[in-house]
Amino acid sequence: MTERIVRVASGQGFWGDSLDAPRQQVENGPIDYLMLDYLAEVTMSILQKQKERDPAMGYARDFVGAMDSVLDAVTERGVRVIANAGGVNPPACAIAIQGVAKKRGKSLRIGVVTGDDLLPRLNQLVEQGHALAHMETGEPLETVRDRVLSANAYIGSKPIVEALSRKAQVVITGRSTDTALTMAPIRFEYGWTDTDYDRLAAGIVAGHILECGAQSSGGNCQYDWRNIPDLANVGYPIADAYEDGSFVVTKHPNTGGRVSVQSVSEQLVYEMGDPHGYITPDVIADFSTIHIEDAGPDRVRVFGIKGYAPTDKLKVSIAYRSGYKAVGTLVYSWPDALEKAQLADRILRERLDRLGLHFDEILTEFVGASATHGPLAGNAGSDAPEIQLRVGVRSDDRATVERFTREIAPLVLNGPPGVTGFAGGRPKVEEIVAYWPALIDKTVVQTHVEIV
Amino acid sequence: MKVRLLDIAHARSGDKGDTANVGVIANRPEWFPLISRELTQARVAQHFAGMINGDVDRFELPNLNALNFLLHGALGGGGTLSLKTDAQGKVYSTALLRMVLDVPDAEARALGLPSA
Repeated sequence: MTERIVRVASGQGFWGDSLDAPRQQVENGPIDYLMLDYLAEVTMSILQKQKERDPAMGYARDFVGAMDSVLDAVTERGVRVIANAGGVNPPACAIAIQGVAKKRGKSLRIGVVTGDDLLPRLNQLVEQGHALAHMETGEPLETVRDRVLSANAYIGSKPIVEALSRKAQVVITGRSTDTALTMAPIRFEYGWTDTDYDRLAAGIVAGHILECGAQSSGGNCQYDWRNIPDLANVGYPIADAYEDGSFVVTKHPNTGGRVSVQSVSEQLVYEMGDPHGYITPDVIADFSTIHIEDAGPDRVRVFGIKGYAPTDKLKVSIAYRSGYKAVGTLVYSWPDALEKAQLADRILRERLDRLGLHFDEILTEFVGASATHGPLAGNAGSDAPEIQLRVGVRSDDRATVERFTREIAPLVLNGPPGVTGFAGGRPKVEEIVAYWPALIDKTVVQTHVEIV
Repeated sequence: MKVRLLDIAHARSGDKGDTANVGVIANRPEWFPLISRELTQARVAQHFAGMINGDVDRFELPNLNALNFLLHGALGGGGTLSLKTDAQGKVYSTALLRMVLDVPDAEARALGLPSA
């Protein structure tokens, strides 16, 4: 008898990732679960704005096409899908997915997870004494409360496990943690309890490796990047999970990319804080206990992970309006490209001063010389064939930012020579939606699962 | 002997608010002790002077032959507030790999390090 394996495939690392990856994950080989992560820190606020305009919106629309492309695998072959595509409106997302199934003459059992949305209760929570202080600065939410757009608690694996146990073929959540989307089905299949900390932590580590899509299977991989094969046809990562918590990271055969100790290690350290305490709603995972080894071509075995009891708090993702920004660019060419761009910057700043415009911040970068590596780049830009002048401004006053956007194009005719690259027109003024991470008592958040 | 960190390690970086993290991984397990010895908290803080306005935290992950650095105040406010090209700190990784290490010749030879 062969050892039992639960196969979870990653088909989306963020909203905007490859549209074809979900379909390729169900078509290029056998899998048990398809995990799709759509939410980044500020995605919830974008979705909240969409929901305000249309109460039937507020979820990741790409998920509708993704479900259409994998529907046969779900209804014929029993692949189950877990996605946090519900955003701020999981019930509306479920209705849209039911619409897809109906159009194709299929019936679908969908588990809808709600309870993470704290926005309707926010005033009440603050009045009850939940400060929702900023996790980095310690400021109370009070300082920005009238500008809050969305507030969602990061919820864990349990409601997903409940939906699966109630035979949902598709589970749609709002602000589930990215890692819970992978850990939940493994936990469900093996019946891990709330105190199986080591194995829960192993599931979280599998989730961390899968949550950014191809970033663990050869994408954005620095190690030996020239020789990573066929990224045009990159295979997204898959976790083959065993009952003891160990798992093998792999990808479908005949796909591009590479799963290696190096590609997986790079993903393990991505967005890492204190490696000894990776905090999730279900468990605290200790990344310093991860063992990782080569297990053959495009196979990496991960094992030995330790976990600890979780805290009594949940992290809350709050988004609030925080002024306006705009970024303008021009390209200066050889000879003396950097010097010309520097002169243009001085002229621009003097004009902004004369107009009496005051910004909270104004930032100049010279792309091609120092934009990303600053002084570490040395004088690499001094004889560059071209340099992009990139000036960004930020202000609470929209008109001030708007006025800035009118001052870039004139430089083409009334500034230093050798300038081009302005065809895109005036810079766009963007409203800034900023992120406010906070903590709240777990007891305040009750999740709910509905099968539709 | 001068050794480029770029030739003996790889790295990935990302963001958490206004903090960038850089995870740096030895290309070979036997090179990790040297990298761990050379990349002190102070050395990395000095490397990024002028690019960050906060402290540097350092964590060891010998199990992954890796170190993790948190660079606070590295992202111009972070997230959507930042005006920087690299608002998410994606290429602080390669910025760290610009570091050049001074390794005693005998040790460099014994470890088979590529010379800069």
